[in-house]
Amino acid sequence: MRTTTSAASRETASMRIMVAIKRVIDYAVKIRVKPDKSGVETSNVKMSMNPFCEIALEEALRIKESGRASEVVAVSVGPAQCVDTLRTGLAMGADRAIHVEFPGTLYPLSIAKILKALVDAEKPGLLLLGKQAIDDDCNQTGQMIAGLLKWPQGTFASKVVLDEENKVATVDREVDGGLETLCLDLPAVITTDLRLNQPRYASLPNIMKAKSKVIKKLTPQDLNIEIRSDLEVVQVTDPPKRKAGVILSSVDELIDKLKNEARVL
Amino acid sequence: MAIRSLLGAFRKRSFVTRAVSCYRSLSTLILAEHERGVLKASSLSAVEAAKCLGENNSISLLLAGTGPSLQEAAAHAASCHPSISQVLLAESDKFAYPLAEAWAKLVHVVQQKGSYSHIIAGSGSFGKNILPRAAAILDVSPITDVTEINGSNLFVRPIYAGNALSTVRYTGSAPCMLTIRSTSFPLGATPAPSVSNAASVDKVDLSTLSEDDAIGKSKYISLSSQDTDRPDLGNARIVVTGGRALKSAENFKLIEKLAEKLGAAVGATRAAVDAGFVPNELQVGQTGKIVAPELYMAFGVSGAIQHIAGMRDSKVIVAVNKDADAPIFQVADYGLVGDLFEIIPELLEKLPEKK
Repeated sequence: MRTTTSAASRETASMRIMVAIKRVIDYAVKIRVKPDKSGVETSNVKMSMNPFCEIALEEALRIKESGRASEVVAVSVGPAQCVDTLRTGLAMGADRAIHVEFPGTLYPLSIAKILKALVDAEKPGLLLLGKQAIDDDCNQTGQMIAGLLKWPQGTFASKVVLDEENKVATVDREVDGGLETLCLDLPAVITTDLRLNQPRYASLPNIMKAKSKVIKKLTPQDLNIEIRSDLEVVQVTDPPKRKAGVILSSVDELIDKLKNEARVL
Repeated sequence: MAIRSLLGAFRKRSFVTRAVSCYRSLSTLILAEHERGVLKASSLSAVEAAKCLGENNSISLLLAGTGPSLQEAAAHAASCHPSISQVLLAESDKFAYPLAEAWAKLVHVVQQKGSYSHIIAGSGSFGKNILPRAAAILDVSPITDVTEINGSNLFVRPIYAGNALSTVRYTGSAPCMLTIRSTSFPLGATPAPSVSNAASVDKVDLSTLSEDDAIGKSKYISLSSQDTDRPDLGNARIVVTGGRALKSAENFKLIEKLAEKLGAAVGATRAAVDAGFVPNELQVGQTGKIVAPELYMAFGVSGAIQHIAGMRDSKVIVAVNKDADAPIFQVADYGLVGDLFEIIPELLEKLPEKK
């Protein structure tokens, strides 16, 4: 006889998790603004998966490994080279990947619309994203897609606990005032913060296995999404430079400078 | 009756679809936060930012919540700043705690009625959580973490952890939606609260709020925060930050003692929070709090790009580190190469008591 519990867990065990990942300039690189102020130099610069996206993918993989999900799908929207990042995701353990190819500039609103189309098609029970990309530092996409999907959102998550029986996720969020705990009905959108987990390195056997995993290719047109832009980057410039500082030789000198020169004490 | 209001809505909509830069008059809706019956400082910074959009900007403040503290906050909001002309009050149990789902729908409802040219929130965790969701519902691209406003549709925001600045023009239709960095829009000299010029306080009609499927799917459980008498990290005049070199939560108390002596707020690097020395709300950095105090003192902080992002706009930066090559010395105005376990006690001994 089938009990409700086993039916529910069978239903959640077939839950799919979708993770959106972004290819960005590696976090350790010292960026250079182009002399013509049109943007930041990206050619011949090391690119990597956005650190927050790595954390999102790691969380998805852990949920799957604990038996609470059956499949992890990594998706990325952007130019052709996104496949490199998706291959890394597959090597970490994602089951399959989707690349929505678009060579031009895409703002979070367009990304959110594309992701919504993918969610409508793939029907995941959970959508995970990094809270922000370290290139544009927008911190918008997860919130926007949650709004479009009318799903609850748990942003800046530092802990996620799935209750498969009740189909809810308890999320601890890092907020200005401390640590906030919310309970979200699934399906939900969760964006990940730094302390959620430590992402794994892809092992060599998994990197080899990943080469045969499928990356499905789509365009925004395939999804009936028209990319329209209501933003225009006018210029990208260097931030104001600070005056060079001095190394002092004693605490007495420091206190004197702070009192009499800087006048902050 | 219904037809007249429908026609009114149509008239409003054709007015609204004109590009924001064509607006002869600006009107700004500020998503405000309040605590214990008083407006938060970040919301007042949002008012200062709204003033930068242009002349003749009518500024409305939207407050949500429940109970007497909401009423007190409304009264405070109505009289605390001469530029605020209207306070909108959304009173409901759904706003007992600021959840994004209810707030985003609220913004949608208020925008449909008020047709504001701009919607602004501070870029703390409240604004960052809510404004983009509301923007998606209104089908506009928001511009987050704005540090400079040059007119009604030209904005500057930091990218790459503040290592570059992007100037962005909004070319869409109303509303233009922004979150602003409070440290970039400091409060002017505080005018005395004026009861005679108080703004009107109007209730928002929340009858359509329950039409949003997402409301109710998110429940607030708890908030754990540090109880402290120290000034708030976001707007303290002096910040004392410790890094991983403090080695333990016990040692971190040295930082706290120094902060106490200076009347300062305590900050921490990501490494110190990861190691468990202090809770997350003290983290300063690209993904933590952005601060711009008059004096920032960093002890045992190496100066990673991501930490610098959170404090580079401080007026005076002091760095103490054993390693003369630590990157922090490149942004510091005054540096001391030495052992913080010797330097901090010496500072404690020699610093004057806070005034």
